[in-house]
Amino acid sequence: MVPCDPEPKGPEMKYLLLLYAAPDAEPAYGTPEFDAMMGEYMTHSERMKDVASFIAGEGLQPVATATTLRKRGAKVETIDGPFAETREHLGGFYLIDAPDLDAAMRYAAEIPAARYGSVEIRPVMEY
Amino acid sequence: MPHQALEDVLRADRGRLLAALIARTGEIQRSEDALHEAAASALVHWGRSGVPDNPAGWLLRAAWRKTIDGWRRDGAAARNRAALELLAAEEAADPDPQDIADDRLRLIFTCCHPALEPKTQVALTLRTICGLTTAQIAAVFLDAEPAMGQRLSRAKAKIAAARIPYAVPGPELWPERLNAVLTVIYLIFTAGYTAGPEAGLELCGEAIHLARLVDALRPGEAETEGALALLLLTEARRPARVGPDGATVPPSDQDRTLWLPDLIDEGFGLLDRAMARRAPGPFQIKAAIAALNAAPLPTDWPQIAALYTRLLDWEPTPVVRLNRAVALAQSGALATAAEVIDVLAAELDGYQPFHAARADLRLRQGRSAESIADFDRAIALAPHPADALFLRRRRAAAMISAPSRANQREDEKKGRAEARPKSNREV
Repeated sequence: MVPCDPEPKGPEMKYLLLLYAAPDAEPAYGTPEFDAMMGEYMTHSERMKDVASFIAGEGLQPVATATTLRKRGAKVETIDGPFAETREHLGGFYLIDAPDLDAAMRYAAEIPAARYGSVEIRPVMEY
Repeated sequence: MPHQALEDVLRADRGRLLAALIARTGEIQRSEDALHEAAASALVHWGRSGVPDNPAGWLLRAAWRKTIDGWRRDGAAARNRAALELLAAEEAADPDPQDIADDRLRLIFTCCHPALEPKTQVALTLRTICGLTTAQIAAVFLDAEPAMGQRLSRAKAKIAAARIPYAVPGPELWPERLNAVLTVIYLIFTAGYTAGPEAGLELCGEAIHLARLVDALRPGEAETEGALALLLLTEARRPARVGPDGATVPPSDQDRTLWLPDLIDEGFGLLDRAMARRAPGPFQIKAAIAALNAAPLPTDWPQIAALYTRLLDWEPTPVVRLNRAVALAQSGALATAAEVIDVLAAELDGYQPFHAARADLRLRQGRSAESIADFDRAIALAPHPADALFLRRRRAAAMISAPSRANQREDEKKGRAEARPKSNREV
């Protein structure tokens, strides 16, 4: 039979990686562990560039600075704080291009937050 | 008889045809629908013009054509062009069904992907590879059919949207992902083993079939051989598992003439082959434990305890610790067994084998009153009447040895050499 090539990968997919952790779980600022962690963050995208490519990413200010709002009818309701009050907070994100979920998972597993918190992987909707 | 021919080809080749279609379409749901439609037109066409020489090839091309029609309706023209070329080439070649690339291994790895819940992995494997209906799978889990249907469609949607790869994993992921596949196969087997044949579905047979399939598609893997050996050695003892009185019989007390010798031989052979590859893993260890339970008596309990200790390197779970404690108790290491069991009490409080194991240990230690209380708890938690009956027997034995506190102390002095009935843990 005509050999059936593995499904052509097509264009890469975008994944958003959301980094969650309890604030006290990550190494404290000023300790050697903190410096080592920051060093890992700095080099991570470079080290993992063969697995997936970095598009954008930022760390976020603590949840104490968060404001949540929603609009119901004409009324804007604001909440001083994050969307959900949980022990683990959204602390940063990455937007990456990856060929498939396995690649996105490999990329995510090497983010330091995966060790002391968790990383949620969400495929980005394409329109 | 087009109906019979269709049934035959679907029974033999459904998984393979579906896997080949998914390789072309990249979509599980669309491929299932297309194969279903192709089967419906086969009944019409084969009834009119006779069964084709190559029914599997006919079905594949028909399903493929249905997919292309679907894409055309959706306006996916770009995908169409390449698909039409492939279809034309296949129609010209009219390949033998055995030449259709076997993509089932890719499909198995997709179904058992760790981004899916374990229960979903099992359900999806039963659906796509084994061809069970949603209703049959719902029955396995005692779920309502619509709930199972939703679970399966959510899983297929996630596979597509998150792009779970349709691929056999590469070397870095291989050991972990193979373990996930073998775990799903083992879960299917234990579901069948616990439900018993009266549940109507031969899940044990499906699991053995799957393990053989993985072994055939990727031969030479020690863990696959270990998993298959484990299933065969367990399955071989099935006819002796429940005694004529309806009570569970532990392996060491089973009527060995009831065992299935072909499966035992094949299991031992596979285990030898696996261990010669010098690539140890959890399924080989579990198979080695099953082999020791099938070896000539007396059972080598110290060796079984040592194997459970090694298994902890891979699976540091409370259940493995409990099984290790049972083997230690059987070898006479009562104090060590008691230490392990005490630590597990809180974690395994709702787990019937824990209470049965502690009842047995306490009976050996001469703590009859506590042993009886443990038996009561184990009986209340027993999932199956055969287990409950076995436990009631053992409880009666505990009653006999608990006439008074004075005797109890006497028992303790007499120590460990005393022969006691065996535990009910089947390994």
